Amino acid sequence: MIELVDVVKTFQAGLATPFTAVDGVNLNVPRGKVTVLKGPSGSGKTTLLTLIGCMARPTSGRIHLHGLPAGTLPQLAKGDSLEITSLPERFLTAIRRRTFGFIFQQFNLVRGISVLENVLLPTYPTGEDHGDAEARAIERLESLGLARHLHASVDRLSGGEAQRVAIARALINDPTVIVADEPTAHLDSKLSEDFMMLMGQFKAAGKTLLITSHDPIVYSSPLADLVVEMRDGRIVAGP
Amino acid sequence: MRAPVQRYRNILDFALSSLLRRKGRNLALICVYTLVVFVIASLIFFVQSLKREARELLVQAPDMVVQRMVAGRHDPMPAAQAEAIRAIRGVEEVHSRVWGYYYDPVFGGNLTVMGSDDPTLAADAVWIGQGVARNMRVKEGDLISLRGYGGLPMLFAVQKILAEESELVSSDLVLMSPKDVRSLFNFPEGLATDLAITAGNPRELPTIAAKIVEQFPDARPILKSEILRTYEAIFDWRGGLMVVVLGSAVLAFIIFAWDKATGLSAEERKEIGILKSIGWESSDVLLLKFWEGSVVSLTAFLSGVLLAYVHVFFFSASLFEHALKGWSVLFPRYRLMPALDGYQLTVLFFLTVLPYTAATLVPIWRAATVDPDAAMRS
Repeated sequence: MIELVDVVKTFQAGLATPFTAVDGVNLNVPRGKVTVLKGPSGSGKTTLLTLIGCMARPTSGRIHLHGLPAGTLPQLAKGDSLEITSLPERFLTAIRRRTFGFIFQQFNLVRGISVLENVLLPTYPTGEDHGDAEARAIERLESLGLARHLHASVDRLSGGEAQRVAIARALINDPTVIVADEPTAHLDSKLSEDFMMLMGQFKAAGKTLLITSHDPIVYSSPLADLVVEMRDGRIVAGP
Repeated sequence: MRAPVQRYRNILDFALSSLLRRKGRNLALICVYTLVVFVIASLIFFVQSLKREARELLVQAPDMVVQRMVAGRHDPMPAAQAEAIRAIRGVEEVHSRVWGYYYDPVFGGNLTVMGSDDPTLAADAVWIGQGVARNMRVKEGDLISLRGYGGLPMLFAVQKILAEESELVSSDLVLMSPKDVRSLFNFPEGLATDLAITAGNPRELPTIAAKIVEQFPDARPILKSEILRTYEAIFDWRGGLMVVVLGSAVLAFIIFAWDKATGLSAEERKEIGILKSIGWESSDVLLLKFWEGSVVSLTAFLSGVLLAYVHVFFFSASLFEHALKGWSVLFPRYRLMPALDGYQLTVLFFLTVLPYTAATLVPIWRAATVDPDAAMRS
């Protein structure tokens, strides 16, 4: 599904203090499986996720997406492949919108607006009918046990509830890949187990999951098909 | 075709809810912004309306006034010159006018006392302007006392109070028979303050004026168009003076608006990063912020213009009248006729709405064009 070839990401390249966060990574993320990137803080996991998720460009190397859904980009047929590192921003945005659903470590909900509105945010620029999108968002939130919080402000939610809102938002455009960055970092063990159960449901539904974590509940979970260990920007154990 | 329209609607909806999220900040901005638009729009409306009023009133004024100058100063002119001027081709009517200024020590104001040949104006009677009536607290039928040249009081019956419509130029006016004016000021017979001339064809006025100067080198012809130009210059100058005085307030607003508009908070930056990471393009973020800026600036513009309209045309610009109407104690009091100048409003729109909108978009554009992960981490 996702193929990384010798990917390097250097921050402040060309300046006095360059910092290489990802250093020559080669990796294949299989379709429909759960891949876990584990490693200590600063090992480059999150940076690698942002590169895969089209949020930043690598300094060098290539990232290929295989078997993309039809309509990801104009004139792209179902199952086509794309090399994404050289694409202009609007194409990267289109891929990000249709292919990836992000669950962030800090949840990254927009404060001051309701749960429902947060979940609807990814649909606004697509020009989708508001009523259709809202019906889908309510369905997602109900399936995650958040029906009674639809119109509550996200500022009033507990950590577990906020994460489920973030999950509903990640799913709203029906992505093929769910990317989660340290999803259990702010959850207790019970909520972390619940989260992994949800991931199991998504896996069963055919989603590809890519999770970074240094939490044993995640990387030791029987759900994890592939565990890749990173340190200092390099893969030190895994495939 | 529906999707692009729906996209605009969705983003506009979110822009409105974003504005409500920062109620305090946006309300403060709208209030100050409205105040500035209100002040400038009030000045524009007021000056425009005064100029229009003056133009309409001067329609009834004589086409030309001829004064006599001695050593560069205005001096009474021999009334006999009227006959010579009447003989100039193109001159339809010449009228000798007797008028002067009377200082009333009771309320400390100057009155313009003018002789009128109106046959309905009785001897020892006056027609007075609204301002004079207000200050002297008199009505029709009352008597007023003016101090004559020799120091003795002269009594006049108030026969009529002049219409409110002409108050801009008649507020301080006292009309009486030319004979009474001469008695009041001890103005010599055979002399006039000036001559009012009406021409058959207004296009001939410059030629007539040239002929008068040729015939009477000490004469100074003043055309109606010159009087109008002087009025306009005075109102423009007063309006400009107010703008200068208010300049500091406008400058304070510009600094305030610039700070508010360009100072992108860490939270806003993070929000832009979040929006981009969940599939918003830079253009979507720019559209969102454009809507936000437009709502703030248009609300302030419309509120400011509306308030200015009410202030000027319903409350006679009570905040600025002392500076704009004149410095006399006899302030004209009148309700201005609403006059809107599309050009001036357009200029005001471009001077207030566009700079603010541009000021908001520049920092947003800078934040929106970086990678979403950088915007989120910053």
